[in-house]
Amino acid sequence: MSPLLQIKELITVFDTNRGRIKAVDGVSLSLQAGETLGIVGESGCGKTMLALSIMRLIPTNGSIVGGTIFFQGQDLLKLSSAEIRAKRGSEIAMVFQEPMTSLNPVFRVGEQIAEAIRLHQKLSAQDARALSIAQLREVGIPEPERRAQDYPHQLSGGMRQRVMIAMAMSCHPQLLLADEPTTALDVTIQAQILDLIVDLKKKNNMAVILITHDLGVVAQAAQRVAVMYAGKIVENSEVAEIFANPLHPYTKGLIDSIPAKCDDSGDGRQKYLQTIPGSVPSLYDLAAGCRFQQRCPYADGQCKEQEPALAEIAPDHFIACWKAPDNQKNKSAS
Amino acid sequence: MADILIDIQKLNKKYTLSSGILTANKRVVPAVNNVDLQIYRGETLGLVGESGCGKSTLARLITRLEKPSSGFICFKGENINSYDKVALKAYRRNVQLIFQDPYSSLNPRKSAFSIIKEPLIIHRTGDRDKRREAVLELMAKVGLTSEQANRYPHEFSGGQRQRIGIARALILKPELVIADEPVSALDVSIQAQILNLLKDLKQDFGLTYLFISHDLNVIRHMSDRIAVMYLGRIVELAENDDIYHHPLHPYTQLLLSAAPTCNPQKRKKPVTIKGEAKSESDQGCNFQNRCLDKLPVCEKQQPVLTEIENKRFCACHLGGLIKLQE
Repeated sequence: MSPLLQIKELITVFDTNRGRIKAVDGVSLSLQAGETLGIVGESGCGKTMLALSIMRLIPTNGSIVGGTIFFQGQDLLKLSSAEIRAKRGSEIAMVFQEPMTSLNPVFRVGEQIAEAIRLHQKLSAQDARALSIAQLREVGIPEPERRAQDYPHQLSGGMRQRVMIAMAMSCHPQLLLADEPTTALDVTIQAQILDLIVDLKKKNNMAVILITHDLGVVAQAAQRVAVMYAGKIVENSEVAEIFANPLHPYTKGLIDSIPAKCDDSGDGRQKYLQTIPGSVPSLYDLAAGCRFQQRCPYADGQCKEQEPALAEIAPDHFIACWKAPDNQKNKSAS
Repeated sequence: MADILIDIQKLNKKYTLSSGILTANKRVVPAVNNVDLQIYRGETLGLVGESGCGKSTLARLITRLEKPSSGFICFKGENINSYDKVALKAYRRNVQLIFQDPYSSLNPRKSAFSIIKEPLIIHRTGDRDKRREAVLELMAKVGLTSEQANRYPHEFSGGQRQRIGIARALILKPELVIADEPVSALDVSIQAQILNLLKDLKQDFGLTYLFISHDLNVIRHMSDRIAVMYLGRIVELAENDDIYHHPLHPYTQLLLSAAPTCNPQKRKKPVTIKGEAKSESDQGCNFQNRCLDKLPVCEKQQPVLTEIENKRFCACHLGGLIKLQE
């Protein structure tokens, strides 16, 4: 089966007054219909720019200078702006992190959903309104007829995010890009929203790209995980495999640095957390070789000279690291 | 353990909201509602709750940035609201805050050195040389080099800025440090560095922490005892392990079941979480609209925080008889 989305060697650059930086640097990944891919990484690693590149919505000082993004066999980067506009919101939809700033404060939420519907479907205003109320009901908003009349500021954060999801789902997209959809929300509301996304995905056989910095969210909702570091994907595998057997030292460090898990039985608390020393390198002056070398306990001469490429090191488990085979050997020896 | 540093009795803080310029009806929001809480010397008390539950208001009341509507806060047996100007200054020397956002809590026009030095000047401590020595020594302790002393906040990363904020809080050698979401603005890998640092400093300086966070994993890692807050009230208070292994209050159970775990094998079945943190009636328990085990009495009477077992407090009419949902 050919994948729904196939990205090859995507490069997105930004021209700033300090020079040109590569926010997304040679990213390749693919996504099957109905699959959920989690993209994890720290702030500034390029995960949001990757999503915006797929939508072709990158800010004006940025541009996509290389690679291809095939969606249902069509290269999105070759489409005219009218053609990509027709796809945005109908076939590919996006949910943003901050539901307050992504809704228009001066329109009722029902009208905003109806507007999205009428952009892509030939419907009368009345039908669009009925459909928008149906969408609000679908995402679990009580009394949708009344809520459709509300302005964004009258809704709570969780409700607003539901409205955003209702809007994204209104044209039954095949691909949903969710950029930190639960980061601004409380834990109990986060759990509700994640459940909702998983439910809607199953119901509509929709593929989801879930962008987050929270490994817990990925563990709960994704099937595959891609870990990004400084503009590149450093590890890509199935979710169970990544958590059970992380091979890239960065992924391993990330998982180890999470404080005591809530489901630890017994007194599983260690005194100190494992940490990754240092911080993320600046994209303005990247050294030659591997981007993780300064923080990596295994780095040696080769890592300083050559940049590792993403390679399949175990079945369906891709990593970009020179030291991974040794790393694995050490593990089995100890 | 008996040495009580901060003793909070029946503390209330109400804010009045007017719903519009032309409307006369005012709504009173009880941000902190009848809170009783003790902080013992040398412990880390974790305070956890969702946004808007009153965690930060409580922190502001303890530091006396706000005055309570009623109730007392006693520091070593003295009511802090009876302090005069001199006593208040001495008190603030002993109680320091670490803020959430390392970007907005540092003055961008001051170097790291002068930010950390400022409390010494305000409290007229030491002379020029002694201050310099103290600042550089503390910078080394929190993991900053002396070359970084003359840099400005924008030249530091988020984690380093938080180290500056921590040094500023510790320079006066306080007894109590209130850390209000100190790591929630940081990336995971940096978060772990700062948590380790806070643990080290606690030991080195013999500190007492009130550690506020919404992140259950962080609270679990840092705290000795944990207080769970919901809509201005403390609903459960117990030792760390007790809370995590046998939560008694239905809200604590809800919070724990909602937190994502990092184990894809143990993916949680969708728990029934209904509603939002919002009180719909003035009468009865705050949590009644979300509670799965609501009794008739819950609609009429507000449960009070009572000791159910040794050192375990819970504010629930069911008194911890509810079984954890499997």
